Parts: sequence; C-alpha cells; structure tokens
Amino acid sequence: MSTEQILSSDGIPLETSLKKAERKNKIKAMMLVAPLFLFILITYLMPIGDMLFRSVDDRMITKMLPKTFIALEKWDGKELPDEATYEAFYNDFYPLAMAKESGKLYQRLNYEKSGFSSGLKKTNRKIKTFEKNNYKEQFMATHEIWNEVEYWTALKNTAPNWSYAKYLKGVDLTFDQDRNIVEMPEDRKIYKTLWLRTLKVAFFVTIFCLILSYPIAHLLATLPMKYSNLLMICVLLPFWTSLLVRTSSWMVLLQQQGPINDLIVMLGLTADDNRPELMYNVVGTFVAMTQILLPFMVLPLYSVMKTISPSLMRAGKSLGGTPFVSFRKIYFPLTVPGIGAGSLLVFILAIGYYITPALVGGASGSLISNTIAYHMKSSLDWAFASALGAMLLTGVLVIYWLYNKLVGIDNIKLG
Amino acid sequence: MSLPSYTPVHYRIWHYTYLTICALVFFFLIAPLFVILPLSFNAEQYIHFSKGMIALDPDAFSLRWYEDMIWGTKNPWGLAAKNSIIIAFFATIGSTILGTVAALGLSSRYMPYKAAFMAVLISPMIVPLIISGTAIFFFMAKVGLAATFTGIILAHIILGTPFVVITVTATLTGFDHSVTRAAASLGSNPVNTFMKVMLPLILPGVISGALFAFVTSFDEVVVVMFLAGLENTTIPIQMWVGLREQLSPTILAVATCLIIMSTLILVTAELLRRRSERQRGINR
Repeated sequence: MSTEQILSSDGIPLETSLKKAERKNKIKAMMLVAPLFLFILITYLMPIGDMLFRSVDDRMITKMLPKTFIALEKWDGKELPDEATYEAFYNDFYPLAMAKESGKLYQRLNYEKSGFSSGLKKTNRKIKTFEKNNYKEQFMATHEIWNEVEYWTALKNTAPNWSYAKYLKGVDLTFDQDRNIVEMPEDRKIYKTLWLRTLKVAFFVTIFCLILSYPIAHLLATLPMKYSNLLMICVLLPFWTSLLVRTSSWMVLLQQQGPINDLIVMLGLTADDNRPELMYNVVGTFVAMTQILLPFMVLPLYSVMKTISPSLMRAGKSLGGTPFVSFRKIYFPLTVPGIGAGSLLVFILAIGYYITPALVGGASGSLISNTIAYHMKSSLDWAFASALGAMLLTGVLVIYWLYNKLVGIDNIKLG
Repeated sequence: MSLPSYTPVHYRIWHYTYLTICALVFFFLIAPLFVILPLSFNAEQYIHFSKGMIALDPDAFSLRWYEDMIWGTKNPWGLAAKNSIIIAFFATIGSTILGTVAALGLSSRYMPYKAAFMAVLISPMIVPLIISGTAIFFFMAKVGLAATFTGIILAHIILGTPFVVITVTATLTGFDHSVTRAAASLGSNPVNTFMKVMLPLILPGVISGALFAFVTSFDEVVVVMFLAGLENTTIPIQMWVGLREQLSPTILAVATCLIIMSTLILVTAELLRRRSERQRGINR
C-alpha cells in the first residue's frame, strides 16, 4: 500500500509548507525578543563580562615598563639585577615621570609590596637629575628600595598579563616571595569573616522571614476574600514603598532616643542612661532586612497555599488525624514548593543587599556589597572590586540556577 | 474565622495564639511605616516623640519641615524630584515597550529556547544591584555616558524590563489567541490587530508592569550612585546622602510624601490586577 503525499492548495507537500509556516512563526517570535535581548546583551551582559575581565587583567604595568620586563627575563632573582636592567627601568620610568603618568604605577606596585609608593615617589622627583650611565648606583643612592632584591622580585612577579591574585585576596590568601599561595597575615584577614557574615545574615534573614511569613500566608490563604484582600494591603504596601523610606523608618525606630528604646526604658528593663545600641551593628541589619524582605517570602508562600484545597485537611481529620498530624503530613508537604521559592528569592536578595546594611549596619553589620562599593568608590581598586563582584555573582548564579530548576523562572510572581 | 462550638479548649487556645502571632507579624510589617508620619509633623528639630506630641497638643505639630522641603534654600529636593520624574518617565516608557514586545515573542508557541531567553532577560532583577551598578558604570564610562541623563535612563531601562517581561508574560498565559486569528481573517494587518485587539486585552498587565518599572526607577539608588553627577541627583540619592549624614525631619517629610505616592500606586496596581483577573476569567 503506498501512502499518497498530501498536497496543499498550491501543490507543495503539506508537510513542507507546514514546516515553512512554523519556521516563519519561529523567526517572528525571535524577532520580537531580539531588541530587548540585544539591548541586555550589549548594555548589561557584555559589561558584566568586561567586569570579570578586569578582575584578572594585569597588563597595565607590563605596558608601562616594557623594557624593564624584557631585561628582567634574564634575571635569576638571587642578587640585585645588573646595570642593564636599571638602565632599562630608567628608560621606561623617565618618560612616565616627565609626562606625570607614574601615579598609577605607584598605586599598583604598592598593592604588590608596600614601600613601593614612597620609593617610587622619591625616584620620580630625583630622576630629572640623573646623569648618563651608572644608573644602578644612582638609583641605589636615591632610595633604599633599589637596594633590596625583594622589591625587584615583587616587580618581576607582576610580569604575567593575567593574574588571579585578586581572587586569592578575596579569600584571605596571598602569594609569598616564591609565588607560593599562603594565608594572609592574621591582622590582614578580613574577607573570610565578611563572607561568613554575609552568608550568616542572608541565611538567618531567610529563616526569620520563613518563620514570620508562614502563619500570615496561611491566614491570607484561608480567610474569606473580603478580609484577606484588606490584610494583603499590609503586605503589599511595604512591598511598593521605597527601600530608603523603609530603611529610614528603621533608623527612626532603632536610634538610641527612638521609640523602641523608649519602650525598653519605660518597661524598666534598663536604665535611661544605659540604652542599648540597636543600630549600627548586626542586630539592626537583621531586624531591618527581615522586615524589608518579608513580602518576598509571603507572596510565593501565599500563592502556593491558595491552591491547597481545604477539603484535604478535612479529609485528614475525618480519617482520625489530629489537626497537628494532618498539618504535618498533608498541609506542610504541599507548601514545600512555596517555601523553596520564597527562601531562594529572599536568600538571593539578602546576599547582595547594600543600602540597608550601609545605613543601619555600621562597621560590624556591613556585608560584602558594602565592601565592593568601598573598593569601587573609595580605595579605587577596581580590579579587586570586580573580583569580589565576580565571586558574589557566581554564588548568586548558582542559587538562580537552582531556583530555575526547582521553581522555574517563569513562575516568579509579583504582587 | 469563628470556631464551631464543639471545639476543644486546647484547640481554641491554639487558634487564638495563632491569630495573635499573625496580628503581631502584620504589626511588624506595617507599623514601621507609620512611625514616620507623625514625626514628620514634629514642631521640634528632634526625631523623637516629644511630650507635647504624646499629649496631642496642637502646638507640638507643625508643617515647618514640609515648608523646608519645598522652599528651603539649601535643599535640593526640587531639583531631585524633577530629575527623578524625568528619569523614571523615560525609563518606564523604554522598559515597557521593550519588555512588552519581548514578552509577546516569549509567549509564542514557536519561540525556541524559551527558558534560556527568559533566564537571561530576567537576570538584571536577580543579579545584586552592586554588581549591576559596577558593570553598567564600566560600560557607560567607556561609551561616554557616565553622569548623563541618557546613561541613567538606559541603566534604569535595563533594571525595569524584567518586571514588565514577567507581568506581561503572566497576562499572556491566559490569552485566547483565536481573537487575533479572527481579526486576521477579517483582514486586519498584524500591527492593527495588536493595537486594536490584543493591546486592549493585555493592557492591565502592561500597565502594572509599567508601574513596577516606574517604581524601580524612582526608588533606585545603587546604580545611580555610580552614574550620577551633581546635576543628575535624584530623590533616593538625596535621601541616601541625608541619611548618611544625619536623620533630619525634612527627610521624614519627604518619606511621608513617598509613602503617600506608593499607596496610590498600590491601589492602582491592585485595581488593575483584579480587572485583569476578571477579564481573564471571562476569557477562559
């Protein structure tokens, strides 16, 4: 039996013309997505790539001192380099000093080894008076850094174009003289503590939000519409209110002369002149962030609980389960997707929080974002800020991926 | 939620404990906002309930901080409000158009790699703002748009589109495509079909997405902080600067105005959501 090919009205096989139509629709759909996709790609994703690139890019010194690095290639690193290397450095550094472009060099080399900055600054002033030949002696007479092998080693260590030193610094590790990875000296270890604090705050804020949201999401889901709509406003109003407004209200509440402290004093829990510090520490960060992120937990929980039929609990009861047993065995397992969605969302938001910790956290309550901002705006170590950003981004993307796997990105609900 | 009369005592106790816990959580959610309102009418310079205020003495209240906000000579609130509105207006238009068009494509049956595209388009909402700020700053500095309105507006379009994409895609999931086919069979071209048939039906979703984009832009401080020069200051930036220095009653007056604004936006968004749900209920 032969199957006859079905033809469409214009004589083309139906299968082919269907495929053609489908391809046309596919292209149409992609054309609609394209403008936004390209916009995000160019103005957002590529800059993030650029940021990752900056975190490992270490070509600046190599570009500024090309002759020196060629001369240093032959150096064995045991004794001071020879005259030719000093001359090469002179030839690189002299034009920089004349053009007043050596500032970046001090900064970058001082990250490598402290003492470079003052040494180079003095050299910068004196280099005009240098005479031809015998550069080694003249350099050594200018500043003691030129008498020490360690500084030359440090300079040679900056030769590679790519470096992951910033990432090591982000977890309190560093290179020693011989390029071995070692732990930072005890007094300069700050980043591990910071990462742990960020994780701790994000974790506990998530837990607090979950504990506080569960009962009210349940109440909202089970109350009749006309009451629950009214109560929903209590959840949605903070959600729509400016973050800075909510943070400033916590600053009002938590300050030393604020209403909460007034209450504590009025209840006689502490003396008037011994008011506890509720703000500018980690307590302030916890309380304010929990309240601010609470709606992001309530809404996913509510939308899951709304779909659970009340007859399930009644069935549990009719089969002899106490309310607690039916809750534990029936209701709670059904809300797990909501718990997952809300927790991941709150955790993602909390781990990158910036404004609230900066305003109510003080020094002991600041998080990783605050440090990134500090290096972007104050210390101007952009490569290090980028490295910390990349590490934070990796963490967030892992959770985002998990969220996508478990919840599905198109299931995010707003309002 | 009244209990039937046969409920045993310990369930009764549990039930009221549960209601009390809920009430406390609602209080925790909403009360901090209302602390600002009375304090912004304080006649004194301190951010603290004076004896007169507690006794409801009319002399303890005044509008002086609102006057200071509007007419105060050193206060930049006027300029900041103007900038904020300009930036939020253009950012909203940009993100609404780009986001709605992309959502139309994403909701199409024929769109390949839907989840992957969605994940990319939503990413500005998920990535911590400090990272977005850093990356966008590098980009804008490179193309010479740092400290310009164009730069800030583009940045806010990036941050606002995920919300539009999410709300419009959600609206489109209940959309009955036979109406657009009907329009096409009656001879309408695609643009006309979209404007006359589809847009009116998905409008509630589009508007609520636009509201999200507006609020996102109006409230955004981290990215603007990297991008703004002195003349592009915005309300959140001024609040941020003020809060870092000292909590002043003028800031509370501004905050009160912002709370009133968000209440209005909330009411609009809620009405739209209900309308949209009703409409989609009929469509199904």
